[in-house]
Amino acid sequence: MQRRRLLLRGALATAGAALLRVSGAQPQPRTIELVAKRFEYVPKEVPLKVGERVIIAIKSLDFVHGMNIPDLNKRLDLVPGRITQLELQPTAPGVIEFVCDNFCGDKHEEMHGSFVVSA
Amino acid sequence: MQRRDFLNLAAVGGGAVFASSLAGCAARAQGMATAMAGNDYKDFYFVQLSDTHWGYQGPANPDASVTLRKAVATVNALPEAPDFIVFTGDLTHTTDDPVERRRRLGEFKTIVSDLKVKTVRFMPGEHDASLDRGAAFQEFFGATHYTFDHKGVHFIALDNVSDPGAKIGDEQLAWLKADLDKIDKKTPIVVLTHRPLFDLAPKWDWATRDGAQAVELLMPHENVTVFYGHIHQEHHQMTGHIAHHSSKSLIFALPAPGSQPNRTPLAWDASAPYKGLGFREVEAEDAGKAYKVTEFPVVRA
Repeated sequence: MQRRRLLLRGALATAGAALLRVSGAQPQPRTIELVAKRFEYVPKEVPLKVGERVIIAIKSLDFVHGMNIPDLNKRLDLVPGRITQLELQPTAPGVIEFVCDNFCGDKHEEMHGSFVVSA
Repeated sequence: MQRRDFLNLAAVGGGAVFASSLAGCAARAQGMATAMAGNDYKDFYFVQLSDTHWGYQGPANPDASVTLRKAVATVNALPEAPDFIVFTGDLTHTTDDPVERRRRLGEFKTIVSDLKVKTVRFMPGEHDASLDRGAAFQEFFGATHYTFDHKGVHFIALDNVSDPGAKIGDEQLAWLKADLDKIDKKTPIVVLTHRPLFDLAPKWDWATRDGAQAVELLMPHENVTVFYGHIHQEHHQMTGHIAHHSSKSLIFALPAPGSQPNRTPLAWDASAPYKGLGFREVEAEDAGKAYKVTEFPVVRA
């Protein structure tokens, strides 16, 4: 699976809301919950389907973890007590990785995950 | 390669580095002879050690309790003493416990006090400083960013770790700009920092979030060289005319950037202890416009 072929339409929470208003005729996006905690994302792999709009609703339990998605040129700060939303609409199959980029402790280097997009 | 060839290469590349293994002493003597023959540059060299991670315990280095001490002994045994020594961060391995953090910093400081060369500059890494924004580090070693001058070269220590988000930050960038505004564009500059200032491997968090702003500020200066740590291996890259050189670690080696899914430490090789670990000499050449890097293992045969 070529990672470079993967394209995703992504938007942060505020921009995502605007997109939803404009495209009101479309079905509501599916919401997928993601938990960030020292030192993992749960689930570690998030399955997605090409063409399906989804909202990734991310909850951090214990730290202002980061979520850097270099392939999308996006990053988020995941503040405990808030739900941080990320809207995605994959356009091609592939794997796109994300990593915590706020140093959070001894196993920070192991805190990463991926979106796995299938056709 | 003869030293004259190296200087020619440096003149073309700007900030070029010629790295060789265990060739430093002879080459340095040759350099001194050249200087005495008529060139008036002030030749000097310093030693860079990095990523000692004092307090680490794990299979990637079962000899962790003595590796730093052995490196100190190897530095002390260099036939010619360096002008000074720099530690580019991750002096200690991180811990959530503030008391334990200070204990590790104190033990590290005690061990490196055995260095014969007493001019030693310290910088934090994220393991030292990110969980308390550098508070404990400053108690032991003072400021996390600073400048100093040595034989015509302006050194700038940049802190890109006290912010857990791997940022230099607006305040420090303003400080950097003010410092650079006072310096002639031809003055050689060496930047010491922990993380790479460029996006080496963002998927492994091997970057500085606002590093591009620092590089932009440095770009008008003609001779800039960056020495950093963090990635536990030698790596050389140019951003424009600015050379960036990472150093090996003194605890465990990490894989080449992006070479595997995760940045897990390379396995300890019992048949070759300390493989992939070491420190380096950095010799200023051509009035600080070029640098010769010589890598050393933890223990010399």
